[in-house]
Amino acid sequence: MIQATQTSNLTCTRSTAATFSALKCKECGAEYEPKAVHVCEFCFGPLEVLYDYSALSRTVTRESIQAGPKSIWRYRSFLPVATDTPIDVGTGMTPLLQANRLARRLGLKRLFIKNDAVNMPTLSFKDRVVSVALTRARELGFTTVSCASTGNLANSTAAIAAYAGLECCVFIPADLEAGKVLGTLVYSPTVIAVQGNYDQVNRLCSEVANTYGWGFVNINLRPYYSEGSKTLGYEVAEQLGWQLPDHIVAPLASGSLFTKIYKGFQEFIKVGLVDDKTVRFSGAQAEGCSPIAQAFRENRDFITPVKPSTIAKSIAIGNPADGVYALDIARKTNGNIEAVTDSEIIDGIKLLAETEGIFTETAGGTTIAVLKKLIEAGKIDPDETTVAYITGNGLKTQEAVQGYIGEPLTIEPKLDNFERAWERAQTLDRLEWQQVLV
Amino acid sequence: MSVKVLIPTPLQKFTRDQATIECDGSSISELLDSLEQDFPGIKARLCDEQGELRRFINFYVNSEDIRFLDGKNTTLSEGDEVSIVPAVAGG
Repeated sequence: MIQATQTSNLTCTRSTAATFSALKCKECGAEYEPKAVHVCEFCFGPLEVLYDYSALSRTVTRESIQAGPKSIWRYRSFLPVATDTPIDVGTGMTPLLQANRLARRLGLKRLFIKNDAVNMPTLSFKDRVVSVALTRARELGFTTVSCASTGNLANSTAAIAAYAGLECCVFIPADLEAGKVLGTLVYSPTVIAVQGNYDQVNRLCSEVANTYGWGFVNINLRPYYSEGSKTLGYEVAEQLGWQLPDHIVAPLASGSLFTKIYKGFQEFIKVGLVDDKTVRFSGAQAEGCSPIAQAFRENRDFITPVKPSTIAKSIAIGNPADGVYALDIARKTNGNIEAVTDSEIIDGIKLLAETEGIFTETAGGTTIAVLKKLIEAGKIDPDETTVAYITGNGLKTQEAVQGYIGEPLTIEPKLDNFERAWERAQTLDRLEWQQVLV
Repeated sequence: MSVKVLIPTPLQKFTRDQATIECDGSSISELLDSLEQDFPGIKARLCDEQGELRRFINFYVNSEDIRFLDGKNTTLSEGDEVSIVPAVAGG
């Protein structure tokens, strides 16, 4: 058996640039050296990075952030890396689009889409967390990186590892969408397709994690990795003109993204970059994998795991590690957690595409469908400034909408053929409208 | 009833750095007691003050989460594999 080597021989990389000093258990408060550890030895609670916020309030200003790179690294002081030269592949600073047509369709006055479907380099929010995790992995001396993934994380880990010159081995469930498998293989990592669901892949990786001396971005590097999602909070605050929105809607898989957007807003309040206010947090799940929504509905403070069965594979985590924290945030901010069916998810994908020109994957369809459901139920006030987080790109999950969208009108290269086709298209359009009116 | 138990890294200091051990028990509850007998102190890491399994730790019997089986009362058979795994973030 290969012995674990990664932490024993390594000293923690610290420089004067580091704004963090330790890891702290979110449950019992025990503190640890900032190495490759992710759970508390005493209670198995998740570990969080500890920052020196008083130093941050003295040194970070809106101007100093704006003078930084056009990527997540403009917020480097709030991220758990010591180096001044992080792995910067242009991740982050994605568009915050005012979605007027979708807002009108849904009955909101001020709706924004945070569009990570065009995040760089692999078109999902995962590039944020991986940029941070691999920068930290390099600082901790790892030469091989790995992850357990529902697809997007594998794409991102493989791509950014290629850029950074790190060896890469990723684990995915064997039934992933073809686009996500191809979008990983092209970077030439070792891809292990496990015959099981994501939760089983994760369990296997936990067993492998400390044996091979690899940096698993979502396991032994989790405290650093997850911090990357805070940038989705920072960017929205900065792009709204250094203001927080009234309400956000984001997809829930493990619950980590949701809790880190919250943490991002809280940190900006703490260091005085934005005014204090309560932002309502609402979460979106697919009905076929909705353990957090079920706990919310039943007023439970614990999560009962489920076996996923949904087209929304990127958020199909039946045993969500941060589910209890997501529940807590939704409740204390007066938000909601709602679930939608697979057919509502497809409608959500189409609605966003038709109204805003954004092709999102199933997780984004889930978010839009839940946004619609919450508005219809009167759970989002039309006057609230609302931000919906779109975290992935539809080109990766084309199977999901195949058969639910139109077909091209194939013709011969003749004018009368075109005219007939055009007339037919107009008639079909009219029929569709009539159906809507009926 | 001898079963194979996979021990996560944070607990291997109790098991003298062994990642896999053989242990007895006809249920998860009994297994916890017999682990404690062999490796004093380990049970308090796995269970809270009320004796319930801690919420950030997962137990699997032959790859199945015990919350889909019978929780702490899940029965064990000769040769079963019990895996103890801390919760991890998603991807």
